[in-house]
Amino acid sequence: MFWKKQLPLIIVFVMGVVMAVQYFVPHQASEWVYNTYLKWGITIGIFGAVLGYFSFFRVHVVKIVKKAPGWGYSVITIVCTIIMLLAAALDGMGTGSYYMKIYLYTSAAINATVFSLLAFYISSAAYRAFRARSTQAVALLLAAIIVMLGRVPIGNYVSFWTAFHLPSINAISQWILNVPNMAAKRAIALGVGLGSLLMTLKLILGIERTYLGSE
Amino acid sequence: MHITTDPWVWVAFFFTLSVYTFLWKDNFLYKIAEHVTVGVGMGFAIALWWQQTVIGQFWIPLKTDFAHNFHLIVPAIMGLMMVTRVIPRFAWMSRYALAFTIGAGAGLGLPRVIQASILQQLSATLLPINFTAHGLGYNLIIFIGVLSGLIYFFFSKEHKGVIGGIANIGIWFLMVGFGATFGYTVMARLSLFIGRVLFILKDVLGMQLS
Repeated sequence: MFWKKQLPLIIVFVMGVVMAVQYFVPHQASEWVYNTYLKWGITIGIFGAVLGYFSFFRVHVVKIVKKAPGWGYSVITIVCTIIMLLAAALDGMGTGSYYMKIYLYTSAAINATVFSLLAFYISSAAYRAFRARSTQAVALLLAAIIVMLGRVPIGNYVSFWTAFHLPSINAISQWILNVPNMAAKRAIALGVGLGSLLMTLKLILGIERTYLGSE
Repeated sequence: MHITTDPWVWVAFFFTLSVYTFLWKDNFLYKIAEHVTVGVGMGFAIALWWQQTVIGQFWIPLKTDFAHNFHLIVPAIMGLMMVTRVIPRFAWMSRYALAFTIGAGAGLGLPRVIQASILQQLSATLLPINFTAHGLGYNLIIFIGVLSGLIYFFFSKEHKGVIGGIANIGIWFLMVGFGATFGYTVMARLSLFIGRVLFILKDVLGMQLS
């Protein structure tokens, strides 16, 4: 019980207190603790990554062996991973290497396209979101339209009212981003900050223990 | 117009079109592109991890200056303990590595969260409110927005009466904030789409665009 449950909780408490106190102590020893932790964290991370890679290969290999639906796609995934590893081992990883070329012309291109694909889906989402069913939905609709218009040159052209010394769409868009949007983001950030603070304290004090697992 | 003969550009073009076939419906071309990006991304990450982290941060320091870096053996043992997760009988040993990382991470995060997410946000909110355009048009509105937004997220008291009224103002600010974020995201996605169209027109078809 002590080795399986109490000792991990003691380690969390000691490390939590040491690292929190270290922040406030301007001494060489404190800096050494911080730098050593960074090195140790990276080394532990190396083995954590092994766990992740093992899990990745296991999922796909099991799928292939069991001939589960879509196992052919798992073959593609594993083959692509092996090709990348061979490219890195045989040709290096510098600019212009096969490793970089394969990445740029497949993965990078696919990722950019997938994100651009969202431009189409976000339009249908916009239709659902922008139906002005309440006055607050109208505020959302107006803010979105003004910000969108403010990001493109047409925003300035349609701002005919600037002749009467009123702010252009671009200026209003910038104000929305800098003021009400900033206020909303800051309220959310403060809420998240307070939540993180409480979670950190719960971890250090051993109230939050889900990371220990079920046993 | 000068159509490219570079096979790499054709590969990228093929995958670009494969992804766009999803607009019609989920199909095998899209699935191939999806799995290629996962496989290539994983290969990219493993090679990078091996070269920069395993060799660069662990093996070379131990090999070149063992006397000063022998302490790296301790986290390496802890790391090995983490790998015991795959053997159910010994999985409990991974708790030490996790406890070390979580404890240190929480300790490091504690003062930094207070500093960055609370104190700095508060000091940026509590700015002079005076009868100038900036004082009223920016500082006052930000103050009202942050306060009402925080009250909206405060669920320990029922949103009735004055609290309910202030929380309602908070909803307005949040709606405008979400609208602005949505508009900004739409424009970012459109910009990516324009980038892919330009890739097809310029890099694949060789069109000269001003």
